[in-house]
Amino acid sequence: MSSFFNASVGKKFLVSVSGLFLIMFLATHLTVNLFLLWGQESYNLAAHFMATNPAIKIIEPMLALGFLLHITYSAWLTFANRDTRPQKYAMVDQSETSSWPSRNMFVLGSLIFIFLVLHLSNFWAKMKFGDMSYIDYNGVMVQDAYTLVTGKFVIWWYVIIYVAGAVFLGLHLLHGFQSAFQTLGLNNQIWRKRLTVTGTVYSIIIAAGFSIIPLYFIVNSFIN
Amino acid sequence: MEIKLKIWRQKDARSQGSFVDYNLSGVSGDMSFLEMLDFLNKTLIESGDEPVAFEHDCREGICGSCSLYINGRPHGPGDLVTTCELRMTRFKDGDTIVIEPWRAKSFPVIRDLIADRSAFDKIMEAGGFISVGTGSAPEANSIPVTKEDSDEAFDAATCIGCGACVAACKNSSAMLFVAAKVSHLTLLPQGHAESAKRAQSMVAKMDELGFGSCTNTGACEAECPKGISLAHIARLNREFLKAGFRG
Repeated sequence: MSSFFNASVGKKFLVSVSGLFLIMFLATHLTVNLFLLWGQESYNLAAHFMATNPAIKIIEPMLALGFLLHITYSAWLTFANRDTRPQKYAMVDQSETSSWPSRNMFVLGSLIFIFLVLHLSNFWAKMKFGDMSYIDYNGVMVQDAYTLVTGKFVIWWYVIIYVAGAVFLGLHLLHGFQSAFQTLGLNNQIWRKRLTVTGTVYSIIIAAGFSIIPLYFIVNSFIN
Repeated sequence: MEIKLKIWRQKDARSQGSFVDYNLSGVSGDMSFLEMLDFLNKTLIESGDEPVAFEHDCREGICGSCSLYINGRPHGPGDLVTTCELRMTRFKDGDTIVIEPWRAKSFPVIRDLIADRSAFDKIMEAGGFISVGTGSAPEANSIPVTKEDSDEAFDAATCIGCGACVAACKNSSAMLFVAAKVSHLTLLPQGHAESAKRAQSMVAKMDELGFGSCTNTGACEAECPKGISLAHIARLNREFLKAGFRG
């Protein structure tokens, strides 16, 4: 098995599988976040459900492992690939032959990583270790995550960072979604079109979905 | 027409190369790209200069010898053409044309526009063959092969091994070449028996020779003069993963 993970295709397999796992996580994350639009109680109860659900307790370390594998193996492959052309071309024209996101996955990934660190320190660390206020919903004490999140989403530069993060993520997925299937060999001439369309729709949903939330709160703060 | 050429000149593998500018007048649109270079070399020889070294053989797009990176693209502008099939009508009077050799660590430049592509031969030696006994020529109809498989195997077999995929890839990956060879053997009964092992050996050799890994940008497919599809890379990945999971 060691020769499998030493080979380029074996390393790519890990990037692909962890990528697909993260794609599923994003859908869950967005679903929970959309409860923000339904008000304080809905979101707080949804966040409480996620924080206390035993299945999520098991998935949380897997998620951390997924991020770790995806980041380390793609960085490893990217740096190895940089050494394959010591003498660069004087003139390169790839505008017609490949998409910009496909050529800049590492740049997009790095930007998303910076966003992830900011995002975790803004919310996750505060909800996990911070001094949060609690609200009593029918006898159950629930963390008031709503106030924490919406308090940030009325500050214009937070909104810019979160919308930018969502757009980078959407661009990363635009190539990443169908690329993950190609790497697993789950592709052919017919499925390629289907996967590209599905991946595009999914990327738009993720980018738009995560952008709408901070935009909704900042626009609301101006109106009220 | 008159064109300006910016051509990579390099004495040998150990020398540092550099671009040299040439002005060439009297170029006709009827010339092929290689005939234009022949014409340039004629003028260089007549003036006592060293002619530009470039590879060529059949000049009809089937041998895979010609391998020039023209204005930022392998085999120049246009789809599904090799350098020898490229016509000067593609260019206008006064154009500047930048000509470089394939650039990749695994394809070292040995002189001017010639890169050593013997790494492809080494990949073929690692598994691009059938070693199971296939007996003498069998009765053709006794081997069931569907039309779809036969067509797809043939499409893969049209790879001429020119290396444009490596030249086009931002990672200098040889996956399209390896995939074409694995596909055309895997799809047919004689080659099918060893398909997983073959994928494993050829990928291992490709990695060992310093080619990069595939990030599915699709630039190779877009630049391939034979239109080899990325679907073959998916098949190679499938065969490789099968071999890996079998242990």
